[in-house]
Formats: sequence, structure tokens, C-alpha cells
Amino acid sequence: MSILVNKDTRLLVQGFTGSQGTLHSEQSIKYGTNIVGGVTPGKGGQIHLNKPVFNSVEEAVNEVSPNASIIFVPAKFCKSSILEAAEAGIKLIICITEGVPTLDMLEVKKKVDEHGVRLIGPNCPGVITPGEAKLGIMPGSIHLKGSIGIISRSGTLTYEAVKQTSDLGFGQSSCVGIGGDPIPGSSFIDMLKLFEEDDQTKAIVMVGEIGGNAEEAAAEYIKNNISKPVISYIAGQTAPAGKRMGHAGAIIAGGKGTAAEKIKKLKECGVHVADNLVSIGAKVAEVLS
Amino acid sequence: MNLHEYQGKSLFAEYNLPVSKGKVIFSAEDAIEACKEIGGKKWVVKAQVHAGGRGKSGGVELIESPQAAYDFALKWLGNRLVTYQTDSKGQIVNSILIEDCTDIAKELYLSAVIDRDSQKIVFIGSSEGGVNIEEVAKNSPEKIIYQGIDLDEQDLNNFAISIGNVLKLNDEQQNQFAPMLDNLVRLFVEKDLSLLEINPLVITQNGDLHCLDAKINIDSNALFRQPELMEMHDESQEDPQEAEAAKHDLSYVSLDGNIGCMVNGAGLAMGTMDTIKFFGGNPANFLDVGGTATQERVAKAFKIILKDPEVKVVLVNIFGGIVRCDLIAEGIVAAIKEVGIKVPVVVRLEGNNAEIGAKILEESDIKVESINDLASAAKKSVELSK
Repeated sequence: MSILVNKDTRLLVQGFTGSQGTLHSEQSIKYGTNIVGGVTPGKGGQIHLNKPVFNSVEEAVNEVSPNASIIFVPAKFCKSSILEAAEAGIKLIICITEGVPTLDMLEVKKKVDEHGVRLIGPNCPGVITPGEAKLGIMPGSIHLKGSIGIISRSGTLTYEAVKQTSDLGFGQSSCVGIGGDPIPGSSFIDMLKLFEEDDQTKAIVMVGEIGGNAEEAAAEYIKNNISKPVISYIAGQTAPAGKRMGHAGAIIAGGKGTAAEKIKKLKECGVHVADNLVSIGAKVAEVLS
Repeated sequence: MNLHEYQGKSLFAEYNLPVSKGKVIFSAEDAIEACKEIGGKKWVVKAQVHAGGRGKSGGVELIESPQAAYDFALKWLGNRLVTYQTDSKGQIVNSILIEDCTDIAKELYLSAVIDRDSQKIVFIGSSEGGVNIEEVAKNSPEKIIYQGIDLDEQDLNNFAISIGNVLKLNDEQQNQFAPMLDNLVRLFVEKDLSLLEINPLVITQNGDLHCLDAKINIDSNALFRQPELMEMHDESQEDPQEAEAAKHDLSYVSLDGNIGCMVNGAGLAMGTMDTIKFFGGNPANFLDVGGTATQERVAKAFKIILKDPEVKVVLVNIFGGIVRCDLIAEGIVAAIKEVGIKVPVVVRLEGNNAEIGAKILEESDIKVESINDLASAAKKSVELSK
């Protein structure tokens, strides 16, 4: 088992023929992901990377029956691309693109919820189930099939947690980057729920960062609902207040959203907090020994 | 992106929100004329900077003669205003807003933000205005309302009534507030705001609602569709290095340590700063060089980091994802040669082809410490920074 994606995933790529779409689709195919086609308006009927290109998601759904979609289109088109996929009946949508306006996401989030769609991202590295399918921009080679579920708001920070758990031989069941934006499609809690139900997952690593209170809400949820051990690391302990640290959502506002606050709450709720980025793997080993 | 008060108020006026008659000046010579044009016998002069707390720092004054406006402008224009919200250097004052004086009966608070929890636009209102709202929230939470706005709802009157009750508005003021809320929501949505704050929103001696201040932040992600707001951008209010970095699509925040950091990815950049601190050092900056660490970007990043004279060592931490580490290593070597770096550089490369990348660094004729393990690389940087 695993969460969200596996070898039965039939992936559609929106923004397939663009440079990002092409680069990452090639990598995903090489990893073994079953890409069934792509969408680029105006290029329907062409063949790209040996896969059919369609003008619309609806057309693709009728022809090649995808059950997941990944989005690489520019930020200003993401709202319409996500809604197009949702309306065409795709139930898992992963939006990689960074820079989607927050008000667009307010509208998108409401509509995908109404359609019962699971949206991951935007501004995220995607989802991987090692050895089965890679729907994202993460380097496949650092992953190892195994027992740790990883959830993170950041891309390269996820890779760090992945590498450490691979090096120690634990491997990963699935890894999900939920993205660094203020209004993400899915929350830590949504993913914790899935990992709790997944047999392959023995422990969960949750990588958070400053800004908002998603980590605090997750801590409360873990205390009441998660039986598996959760290991956490929070980035931004040295970040100054009031400055946006790259990610749109990573900002300490009005004294709220600090790393110290989050770590305190996580510890109170029984989460094992790694005090340093380089000790995430060691913390997992300590907890599982 | 932040707006100045005078820019915010021009938006308010565009949306039929009650603001004072005023004029912005960029030169002291225009002060007297501006006062005459506004008319009356009393004016308020306000230094325009991207920071709150101006009143307490002498950046806002009530004056009773046009000459006093001239004196105020002469004193502040071209100088820096330090408030509790700025750093110790303060913000440069390049413009001054002169307004007619409002007779205040009562000060209220009103703001709107995008709330992450409820995933709605939330209005925050309080009968206690003109003060720090975080203090009110802590000491008398019953005086604050958080009202989520359902954007599908055509009629916002019920929301206006709920907020008006907490603001303790009378019937006439409530009649003014309902259309005001409509206009504020329209402004928030149409202009892609991320924060709107009126502190204080006042009730005048005549009993009317009036916006005495305007603080507006715009969602930077939405600037592509707000060209007229993009033109309001005032680079002088930003750290010059941060502004320079932004031009090259690099995310940079200056800090007060001496270890320069160049990292790919925002989360890892924060994690690297934390690791430096953990081992007893102090990061000089946050810098996300982005997913594709090409020679050009790396060179730009080095230049920006090294503009800070405090930097004693640079730690480069790249987790090569799709981009191969050997290509990144070549980029780093070329960039260091191009920029001509005098301080030691520690490079940690991880990911695809990391070993080949390390070899390229070692065999190059530049002086660079290549360390594959992040903990060791951070420790080495700290050691070199002492």
C-alpha cells in the first residue's frame, strides 16, 4: 500500500509540451510513471514523448481515462486548469506551479471541495510512491521503497528528509509536498489521515515551517487521532518577523507563526521534534528503535 | 507589495470610501500651496513610509499654518524615520501627505485579511481604535469581531450588522457602514489585496464614519494582473539588496550575521540558516537561488551576498533535484571566477551526480571547501566565520 498514487495511477499532464512539462514528464516516465497523455490547448492531435496530446482535459478523459492530473501551466492559468480538471471528473490534481494568486486559490479550494477532488499544491514538489509512481519534480534516485510517510511544505527540505530516511534504510511509503502557499489544496491533517490508514506506513515525518498555524492544528489532530509515531522538523527558527521567506506562506505576522510556538505545541501533543535539520533521520531511528 | 498611505487613500477614494481632502508633496516648496489648495485653518502632515508607529516617532503632526507644513516637509524629506516597526536605520521619507484636519469623536479599528484557517476573507473590527490591535486582542478579546465573508453571498448586510454591533455604531452610522463594507470587499477582491487596515476608522464630531488611515498590502503573486498598482511600487522603501535580488528573481532577506548563505529552495534555505545557528554561527542572509542554479543565477547571488561587508564566509548548500550536481559545480566555479571572491566558500552538493560535482570543485583552481555532509559544512562555515 501507499497513499494517493501507485502503479495503477494513470497520469495526465496539463501544460505537457512546455519546457517544465516536458522535462519533468520525461523524468517521470523514466521512473516508471504511467503517463497516458497530456493537454496543451491548440496542440491536440500531436504526439509528444510518444504520448497523445489533447486540446482539453475532457477530451483526454474520453480518450485515455486518466485518474490523476499534474499541472505545469503558468500561474495565471492555474485557476482555470485546476477547475477544468475538476469539472472533467479527475479526482486527484497536483499543481506544481508557484505564484498562484491567493484569491484564485480561495475560489479554487471551495470548488474542488464541492467536486470531492483531492488537490495537492500549488507551489509544491508533488507526490511520489517510491518504486511505483512519481508525480512531481523530485529527484527519483534519492527515494527508497519503505515505511516512512513524509509530508512537507517545502521542496528541497523534503528531499533532505527523504535522503536521511533512505540513508538509514527506512525508506518511504509515500512522500507528499503540500506546498508553501497560504491556501494549499491539502493540509497536513488531510495527509496525516491518509498515512494513519496506510498499512505500509510505520511512522510519519512532518516537515513544517514558519507562518500560519497549520502545524499547530496538525499537532492537535495528531494528539487525538494518530496512533503512529510522528517526527517533525520546523524550518525558520532564525527567521526574522514580518519578512516573507521565499514561500508566500512563510512569514511571521503579528508575532504569530514562529517556529518556537510551533515546536512547543508539537511537543505538547506528543510529536517527536528533531531540533535540527540534519538530525531528522536520527530522530526517526531513535523513535522506531 | 506595500502601498503608501496616500496611494491607499487614492484607492479608497476610487471606491467611494470617506477619506480626508489631501495632497501629497515630494518637495517642501509645494507645501504652502498644497495647504492653501486644501483650505481650512488646521492640517495634518504625515510622513509617507512603509511602516506603522509614525505618530509616536514624530512622523505625523497637527499644524496650524502653511509655514509649519513647509517646516515639517523640510525636516523630513530625504531623511529617515525610525519607528518601532522599522529597523534601527528607519525608512526614507520621500513624500508627505497633507490633509485637512478631522474632528474626531471616537476611534475604531477595521481590517481585512485572507484567513488561512477558514479560507475566507475575514474582517476584523473593534470598538477600540488607534491602538495596537494585538494588545486589544490579548487584553479585551470581547471588543473584537472576526467576521468571515462568504464571497458567493450577494447581500453583505448581515455581515455589516454583525460588525457594526461590535463597533457600537448607531443607526445612521450603520447605514453608512453597509455600503462601505460592500466597497471594501469589492476593493479587496478587484485589486488582489492581502491586507487592508484602517486604523483608526473614526466617527467624526458630526457623527460620520471616516477613514483616517489606510494600510494596504497587495498579493505579489497577482501583480501580473494589476499593472496600475505595480506602478505604485516604491523601491526606496525596501532594503537595496533585497530589491536588487528581486529584480533577478532571487528571494533574498538580509540578516545581521556574517555567514552568507546560498541555497536552492526556500525551506532548505531556512533550514540552512537554522543549522548555522545550531552550530554557533550567525547567518548573514536568507537566499533562495531557485530550482535551476545556473552559472548566471549563482553569480548574481554571490554578488548580492558579497555586497554585505559583514560576510566572512559563504556557505553554498544545493540539493540538486533534477538539475545534475556536476552542472551546478561547473556553474559555481565559473561564477566564483567571474565575481572574484575574496572570502572562503564552503560548498555542500547533494543529489544527482553529487560526487562528480565535488570532484569538479576540488580539481578546479579556485579555493573552495567541498563538503558533502550538511552538518560538517555548516560547522566548517561557523569555524571560518569566527
